[in-house]
Amino acid sequence: MSDYNFAYLDEQTKRMIRRAILKGLAVPGYQVPFASREMPMPYGWGTGGVQVSAATLTPDDTLKVIDQGADDTTNAVSIRKFFENTAGVATTEETEKASVIQTRHRIPEAELSEDQILVYQVPIPEPLRFLEPRETETRKMHALQEYGLMHVKLYEDISQHGAIATSYAYPVKVAGRYVMDPSPIPKFDNPKMNMAAIQLFGAGREQRIYAVPPYTDVVSLDFEDFPFEASKADHPCDLCAAEDSYLDEVILDDAGNRMFVCSDTDYCRSRRDAGHMGRLSEEAA
Amino acid sequence: MIELQNVSKSFTLHNQGGAVIPVMEGASLRVAPGECIGLTGASGAGKSTLMRVIYGNYLAASGRVMVGGVDVGKAAPRDILALRRQTLGYVSQFLRVVPRVPTLDVVAEPLLAVGVAPDAARDRAATLLAGLNIPERLWQLSPTTFSGGEQQRVNIARGFAHSYPAMLLDEPTASLDAQNRATVLRLIEEAKARGAAIIGIFHDEAAREEVCDRCVDVSAFTPKVAA
Amino acid sequence: MTPLLQVKNLAKMYGARIGCADVSFDLYPGEVMGIVGESGSGKSTLLNSMAGHLTPDRGEVIFDTRADGPVDTVTMSEPARRMLGRTDWAFVHQHARDGLRMSVSAGGNIGERLMAVGDRNYGNIRARAADWLGRVEIAESRIDDRPSAFSGGMQQRLQIARNLVTGPRLVFMDEPTGGLDVSVQARLLDLLRNLVREMGLSAIIVTHDLAVVRLLADRLMVMKDGHVVETGLTDQVLDDPQHAYTQLLVSSVLQV
Repeated sequence: MSDYNFAYLDEQTKRMIRRAILKGLAVPGYQVPFASREMPMPYGWGTGGVQVSAATLTPDDTLKVIDQGADDTTNAVSIRKFFENTAGVATTEETEKASVIQTRHRIPEAELSEDQILVYQVPIPEPLRFLEPRETETRKMHALQEYGLMHVKLYEDISQHGAIATSYAYPVKVAGRYVMDPSPIPKFDNPKMNMAAIQLFGAGREQRIYAVPPYTDVVSLDFEDFPFEASKADHPCDLCAAEDSYLDEVILDDAGNRMFVCSDTDYCRSRRDAGHMGRLSEEAA
Repeated sequence: MIELQNVSKSFTLHNQGGAVIPVMEGASLRVAPGECIGLTGASGAGKSTLMRVIYGNYLAASGRVMVGGVDVGKAAPRDILALRRQTLGYVSQFLRVVPRVPTLDVVAEPLLAVGVAPDAARDRAATLLAGLNIPERLWQLSPTTFSGGEQQRVNIARGFAHSYPAMLLDEPTASLDAQNRATVLRLIEEAKARGAAIIGIFHDEAAREEVCDRCVDVSAFTPKVAA
Repeated sequence: MTPLLQVKNLAKMYGARIGCADVSFDLYPGEVMGIVGESGSGKSTLLNSMAGHLTPDRGEVIFDTRADGPVDTVTMSEPARRMLGRTDWAFVHQHARDGLRMSVSAGGNIGERLMAVGDRNYGNIRARAADWLGRVEIAESRIDDRPSAFSGGMQQRLQIARNLVTGPRLVFMDEPTGGLDVSVQARLLDLLRNLVREMGLSAIIVTHDLAVVRLLADRLMVMKDGHVVETGLTDQVLDDPQHAYTQLLVSSVLQV
């Protein structure tokens, strides 16, 4: 047993964070300020997500941590180990078995259930930040629902590129009221945000928490004549032949060979275990 | 249609020690629809001043000015503006125009102001300009570069574009040749025939004799200055 | 007829100093009111107090809203006033840069007000922006250019287009021709006159230039030291000034 309090944070801090989470759930998409603590990793490495997970975990939970869809990258491994050490909770790589999933920049392919909580790591919570640098102004715009500027950005995209060029962190309108930054997930994942699980968002450096309750309406912003399209890859996964998952491109050698594989490692593994085989699966296996 | 009751006018020059210059007092006159009155009197006697008081361009110091039932001295600004648009026309001695506006549009403007469609307005403007011998090639140019006589004719065309029930004409035939003078007098007769009440200043005696039904000498209104 | 705007006893102080005081007037649809005065006369303070950029210390600014009839905009809630500022009201700044988004294209600048009131059709927004560029005599081919690539006169015309696209009924203008070349000024004034007439706009224009008011304004208020010293029809105030200060102002204008 370690010398840490359960999940590292003291109980008072967890209470403060839980209050912020409740407020966020009560007002979907609204950015709730919170007193972000010093964590044993620097800003920009997921401190917001870690604090939200720490406040959410109970001893009976099973935790999964993914980074760009993968369980085995450095950051995912170290955060998972952090909670193994400080909370002693069970951990897993299988999406269906987890009760709390902390993620950086992806939503798992497997559909989530009402018994699960998805915790997102968020770098910049304010969707209007790059159009309007003043925090005083953006707060007013959210309060007064003045979102014309958001559409100006989309208009500029279309006039310059012929289509809306935003491919990740694509802004959404939550419950018909607040415009929210869904964190840098690919726009491919946006439709999944209409889900049965609770979604919590933590930004440690910016000190904001926001949330989307289950079955909440999340609509990606667009124009009537330029509707939102969740871009789909042209090919199936080279390992498991999935046609509906987000793919990573992997360079194989310096002769130009590449393969496309599911970014969600657990999803790919479970499909392969079930017998699905992609173009390169014999060689990869 | 136009009625003045005991109107007086003076100017107080605050920046010259408060000097008071009385110009007019006890001015009363009446113009009925279809009548044309000529104002006479020596230069400086107050003919233009009287016209400007009627138009609301100068404020009367006392008395009443009624045009078409509107008390010009007491009416709200928007009522006087409406009066000037619909009822009371004023052809001054000088053409004052916005730079860059073509002659045709200058003449059509009073019609656009009362809601006439642009095409109809321009047609009427074209007819008037042609009648006053302004060549068509000049219609798209701004009148600011025209000769004095041409400007005067554009001024008159603009003044007669809309059929005002009351009109004030300050030297309408000045600097015009015989042919154009005759055209202007004809326009005045047409206005009279449709029932307009007209007050005019004509230095040209012959013109005055031709169109005016009677004359009013404004020196009768000159204040008697104590010696 | 209900006045479009009723200003009653408006006053704005800067500490003990008077910015403007005891200003009252009614403005009707289609009327253009000019406010002239020298620097420090209080005309910009008055304009900004009416437009809601400054909070007046006393008085009311009652606007005849479409939905609820006459409402005092001074005591209106901020969201309602900001909405008014995007729909029925417009404000043309002296410096185009204050009234435009310099990093957004001309089309985006004009389209912003449309998007702010809920227009969600790109083609429609772009078409209306192009139409307005034409109306303010900017080549449609410049629709995707940034205002930073425009001349001063073009920027000012773009600002006007951006303001008028939602068909406001009342336009506030602060020295709209200040800083522009004379020929550019003439063109702008011409444009404003036509738009005012075509759209039936009411406008309140602050300027120190008497030629501008003669051209654009039906009515005139002369301000000195924060007070209105004379008011009336523009031609009457300029041709037959009653107040000493107005007489001084009028006689000081150079005849060209």
